[in-house]
This record gives sequence, structure tokens and C-alpha cells, in this order.
Amino acid sequence: MKPLPVTERLTKNRFNLDEEESHIEVNQEIAKATGTGKAIVACCPAHVYSEDPDGTIAVEYAACLECGTCLAIAAPGALKWHYPRGGFGVQFREG
Amino acid sequence: MTEPVEPDFDVIVIGAGIAGCVTAYQLAQQGRSVLLVERGEEPGSKNLSGGVLYSRGMEQVFPDFLTEAPVERRITRNYINFINGDSSVAVDYRDARLAEPVNAVTVLRAKLDPWLAAKCEEAGALIMPGVRVDRVLTEGTRVVGVQAGDDELRAHVVVAADGVNSFIAQDVGLRKKPPQHHLAVGVKAVVSLPRKTIEDRFTLTGDEGAAVAAVGDCTEGVGGGGFLYTNIDSLSIGIVVRLDDLTAKKKVVTDIFDHFLEHRFIAPYLEGGEMLEYGCHLVAEGGLDMVGDIVMDGMVVVGDAAGLTLNTGLTVRGMDLAVGSAVAAAEAVGAALDQKNTSRATLAAYREKLFASYVGKDMETYAKAPHFLETDRMYKEYGELLADVLYGAFNHDLKPREHLVKVARGSLAHSPLKIMQLVKDGIAGARAL
Ligand SMILES: Cc1cc2nc3c(=O)[nH]c(=O)nc-3n(C[C@H](O)[C@H](O)[C@H](O)COP(=O)(O)OP(=O)(O)OC[C@H]3O[C@@H](n4cnc5c(N)ncnc54)[C@H](O)[C@@H]3O)c2cc1C
Ligand code: SF4
Repeated sequence: MKPLPVTERLTKNRFNLDEEESHIEVNQEIAKATGTGKAIVACCPAHVYSEDPDGTIAVEYAACLECGTCLAIAAPGALKWHYPRGGFGVQFREG
Repeated sequence: MTEPVEPDFDVIVIGAGIAGCVTAYQLAQQGRSVLLVERGEEPGSKNLSGGVLYSRGMEQVFPDFLTEAPVERRITRNYINFINGDSSVAVDYRDARLAEPVNAVTVLRAKLDPWLAAKCEEAGALIMPGVRVDRVLTEGTRVVGVQAGDDELRAHVVVAADGVNSFIAQDVGLRKKPPQHHLAVGVKAVVSLPRKTIEDRFTLTGDEGAAVAAVGDCTEGVGGGGFLYTNIDSLSIGIVVRLDDLTAKKKVVTDIFDHFLEHRFIAPYLEGGEMLEYGCHLVAEGGLDMVGDIVMDGMVVVGDAAGLTLNTGLTVRGMDLAVGSAVAAAEAVGAALDQKNTSRATLAAYREKLFASYVGKDMETYAKAPHFLETDRMYKEYGELLADVLYGAFNHDLKPREHLVKVARGSLAHSPLKIMQLVKDGIAGARAL
């Protein structure tokens, strides 16, 4: 069984996407200055973050699996992250 | 301490994971009015664990747990695997005594947690799923309730059972953001396979189950390990890696996960399977050091939110500790409600009960484990050394054979490990584990 690429893997999961509100906000300046940007790209198991050619960190919040890893490794001020609103986000069927 | 006037509930529990459900169940059974708030659409829908639940504690709370609850398999085989690039050395521990009485079972949280929540409901607790608690309400130094959106609900006691991120306790200043070396990230997939295939591949019969723990090359040298657990008709497979080491070594976490699944000694178990779900979750790894403050006026903290997880290198234990902390908390909260005094001083009985129980005792026993597991050598050189010694014994290359001790000495001479390190690590390991 060859593991599928992460984006395809995520299509197996169930998500209730909150169309109105993102639960993630990157402070681009601090993220760049502290190296948090590159670190969260590498550490996020859902590939929510990617680095644009100009160094900006793009955020695909809909894919988030809500582990909290990015927040745990982020430098102070680089990232605002909280749980999605009640009922939204990933809904595991196995766990 | 003054009590809040006419609160809506005796107790509000935040989070319907294992710790929250077991606390809510027992308080409801005592006849208290209990509200259990869960941010997931349904209890369990946000939760993920490797899946080996040491079940004795759960049986004390639910005597029919093993026959009634949605458990997968009884673990009778523990397979500990040191994995290198092209070699591996394993200890295959099978024991009928692990089945009678049952010691551990595999579980899937999206199935187990709804069962636990249904038990709470039967006992009279009110469950509110799909609601995120935004913060706790305070008056002076006392927690008096919770706020969720525009709603404010009050209780004599709030139980923070909100899991490893512990935002509730951090927000109110009781706990600090944990340092990176106290946290690991677990990445997991559930892979479906026919029941018969699983039983054949792991040589199991009936509802027997196997738990494979892997260290070494499976995490590309990052502190942590891999796991592979059998469910009835699926496998739980994943890695757990320490955040400080992951960031220091600048590894991409999904590369490590893929590397493990594709490893020549792991891939054959998964052959023909289909990934049903992919998830991740933090693991509290700080051990005793991470527990810290877990009681304040009007609030107690239980389970992962209180840092109660133990990684001994071969097993991650958090679910049974969540149960134990829930039992201690329910007793202490019940007694405080009877005394009509839910101050920090009265609720401190929770901490005493916790440390008198298996939870506190085991946290103390393994207090040195986190530090020991930060030894880099654990994740590379030891597995290679073991394989080299065995290679010397099994590789009949027509050279005269040597006694194993000599082979071992020779392998050690070629290994980057020094004899003093071996002795030091051996002693440290024996003390820590
Ligand atoms: C990869 C991995 C492997 C593991 N393997 C094992 C193992 O084999 N055996 C073992 O015993 N343990 C294992 N653990 C540890 C175990 O999963 C945890 O210790 C256990 O889940 C803790 O239970 P809990 O109830 O304290 O927290 P959780 O299960 O995290 O429950 C917290 C609950 O609170 C809810 N919540 C959070 N915030 C809010 C809010 N603001 N409002 C409302 N609800 C909220 C969440 O949705 C969740 O339902 C593993 C963990 C991981 C990540
Ligand atoms: S919480 Fe986890 S899954 Fe979500 S963005 Fe952060 S690291 Fe990725």
C-alpha cells in the first residue's frame, strides 16, 4: 500500500468547513524573521502551510486536523491559532 | 470562599474525551447535575489515539466494559522492533496471561467516546455537542462557569478535560504553554484490511490482538517511535516524534510518516490495505515535570489537559491515566460539593487522590523516562549494534566462528557507541524505565 499524497489522503476524512471564519492567522513579518514560517511548513502533518516564492506563508485552513503542533512550535506573535467554532472542522470517524 | 449563587449546574465538564466522560459519568452517578460540553459534532469526532487502552481502570468504572464497549482486540502479543535501514531486531512477547484477565485492548476513539458519552447520558448528565467553550468565567480568583459564544453557564465546579492543548487552563493562568521537549506530534492512519488477513499476518486467533512498537530508522533518527496496532478489521499505524528534535533536525513530518509506512519491514503488513482516515494529535511527553498546577478555586484539570501521559519508549499511556484522574477528580469534587466548599484548598484533595492512585505512582516511577528518551543513541546506534551482533552470529561466511561475547565486542568497536556510554545508558535506562 503506497501512501497517497497528503492532499489525496485528506479527501478520505470528513470535514465540516467553516466558510465564514478561518481559525488560523499568520503574522508574515514575525513568521519570516523568526523562521516560524519554514518550521510550520515542515511540521504540519496536513500540509496546511506552504511557502510562496516571495517567502509569504499561504494557509489552507480547511485541511487542518487541529493537532496544535504549529502553535506549539511558533515563535511568540507569529501565529494566531484556535480551535474552529463548535461543530466545524475535521470530524474523525475512526480516531 | 463564597459560592456562586444558584448556578445552573453542580458541575460543568469541558470536553467529552475519556477524562471528561468518565468524570461526568461518575458525578452524574453521585446524583449531581452535570453538563458535558464538547466542541466536536459528536463526542469522539475530534479525538485520536494510537489505540492501546490498558483496561483495568476502565473496568473499575464500568464493570461490563470489555463486553459492552466497542473494543477491538485483546492485546496478547507485544512486538518490540528495533528497526534499521536494512536490518531489524525484535522481541516478540506473547503471553496467555495477558488475555486472562484482559490487560489491554485496542480502541478507536470515534467509536469509544460516543459509547462513553451515552453512558453519561444514561446516568443523567446533559450533553451539549457541537459547542466550543471559549473561556471560563471568573470572579476574583474563582472560576464560576463557562462562556460559549453568547451563552454563559454557571456551576459550582468546572472540570477542564479539554485535552493536551489545555487552552482553558492556560487562558485562566493556571498552566503555561508547555516547552517543545514536553510535546510530541503523533501522525496516524487507519488502514482497512480483511479480518482474516490481519489474523494471518500477525498470527492471531479470534479477538487476540498485536501491538508493534518500533524505534530507530522508522523515525529517521528523530526522537520518538512508530506503532502498529491491530483492530478487528483495520490497522492503526503511525509515528510519534518529539517536537524539539523534529524542529532541530529540520525534518518534514510527513516524510517521516511515509518513510515508516513504506519501510521494508512495515510495508508488508499493510499490503493490499486501504487508508480509511488520516489524522494527527499532540502527545504530552513531559511526564511528571509537566503536571504542574491542576487545581484552583472552582476548577480542576484532568487527563491530557493536566499533562497526564506517559511515554516509556515502548508504550504511550494516556487513556488509562485519563480514567484514573477522572476517578480521583470525581471523588474530590463530590466531597467538595457535599461540604459546600469548592475552594482550591478543598479541591486539592483531587491532587492527593491522584498521587495516591496508580496514575501518580506510575508518573513518579517513570519520572526519569522523558530525559532518558532524549538520548539520541536510542534512535539509531543501538538498533544497529544489536543487528551487527546477530549478523556476526548468523552470517556463516566460512570464517571460524567466535563466541558471542567476542562478536559483541567486535561490533561495539566498529560502532560509534563507546563502552562507557553503553554502561551509562544501561544504568540510566534501568533507573528510568
Ligand atoms: C498518536 C497517539 C498515540 C497514542 N497512543 C496511546 C495509546 O496507545 N494508549 C494510550 O493509553 N494513550 C495513547 N495516547 C494518548 C491518549 O490519546 C490521550 O492521553 C487521551 O486521549 C487523553 O484523553 P483526554 O480525555 O484527556 O483528552 P482528549 O481525548 O483529547 O479529549 C479532549 C476533549 O475536549 C474537547 N475540547 C477541547 N477543547 C474544548 C473546548 N474549548 N470546548 C469544548 N470541548 C473541547 C475535545 O474535542 C475532546 O473531545 C496517544 C496519543 C496520540 C496522539
Ligand atoms: S493544527 Fe496541526 S494540522 Fe492544523 S495547521 Fe497546525 S500543525 Fe497543521
